[in-house]
Amino acid sequence: MNAALFEFLCRMGDNTLVLGHRVSEWCGHAPVLEEDIALANTALDLIGQTQMWLGLAGEVEGQGRSADDLAYLRDAWDFRCLLLVEQPNGDFGQTIMRQFLFDALHELQLNELRASKDDRIAGIAEKSAKEVAYHLERSSETVIALGDGTEESHRRMQAALDVLWPYAGEAFLDDESDRALAETGIAVLPSTLGAAYGARVREVMAEATLQLPEGTFAHSGGRTGARHSEHLGHMLAQMQWLQRAYPGAVW
Amino acid sequence: MTKTDPSGSDKTSVRSEWPLWEIFIRGQHGLNHRHVGSLHAPDAETAIRNARDVYTRRNEGVSIWAVDARDIAASSPSEKGPLYDPAQSKVYRHPTFFDIPDEAGPM
Repeated sequence: MNAALFEFLCRMGDNTLVLGHRVSEWCGHAPVLEEDIALANTALDLIGQTQMWLGLAGEVEGQGRSADDLAYLRDAWDFRCLLLVEQPNGDFGQTIMRQFLFDALHELQLNELRASKDDRIAGIAEKSAKEVAYHLERSSETVIALGDGTEESHRRMQAALDVLWPYAGEAFLDDESDRALAETGIAVLPSTLGAAYGARVREVMAEATLQLPEGTFAHSGGRTGARHSEHLGHMLAQMQWLQRAYPGAVW
Repeated sequence: MTKTDPSGSDKTSVRSEWPLWEIFIRGQHGLNHRHVGSLHAPDAETAIRNARDVYTRRNEGVSIWAVDARDIAASSPSEKGPLYDPAQSKVYRHPTFFDIPDEAGPM
């Protein structure tokens, strides 16, 4: 059970860690000051959530690893994030589309996890859910504004959706550890969220005048760690090099 | 904020297309909204969301107002003399001679 729980906590924490780092890459580069600050706030929220998830993961594992150890000293194949969140930022439209596709999932997950039989998980979910409700409001409104905006913004948002949609389905593929945690009421079975997710995404895309790509193909291998995309390794090299080069370095 | 692209091309910058909003935040119940600064946004809802991110990160507010800067009527600095000078040296206009009980709250 501990192995399944550790796996689950890494999945939650690695999603927020990797997306938080990705979004932080915009700091100082966003198209306007207001978006720059909003993106930095989102990144900080996600990194804060990471500290809670990976902190608990280290506790559950019981080998004395801290959240920092898990974040900075694991290799790509030990990460359990979705392929979606490790995709590069692309243009601003692609960043916002990735954010929306994740926020919509994240909000559903956290709302279910607030009722987890494990109080520690319910507590983290409760705290994160408020932040994520705001992330979702912001990203869906921005997707709608840009999708239903100018000819160029529409074209960019449609291109972003075409690239990213095949990465959205991975979140709803159950495995053994998911089933073990669902049976004991600790976590929600991913596949049960699929319908609500699809409905929410379709609603926003309709308002944004964007077309969901046809077909149900979904890339997978991120949340199991079996096959991350090439992008994760590059990102981790950037994120981890300081702790790798100067082990234990502190401010 | 310049209204024209310094490169001289006819491509107008995003900045010049988004209106300016003046942001007012009420710090706690019972106090007035206070002007905290301004920002750019395409519409009122976005202005409120941007204000939330730009001005309330450290738990500053319980309420946000966004006002389109074009809707603000302002006095002109050149009329300063006639507008304000007559109030000078009229100390009796300042109610500084009263003790305000603590229970009265913020005035």
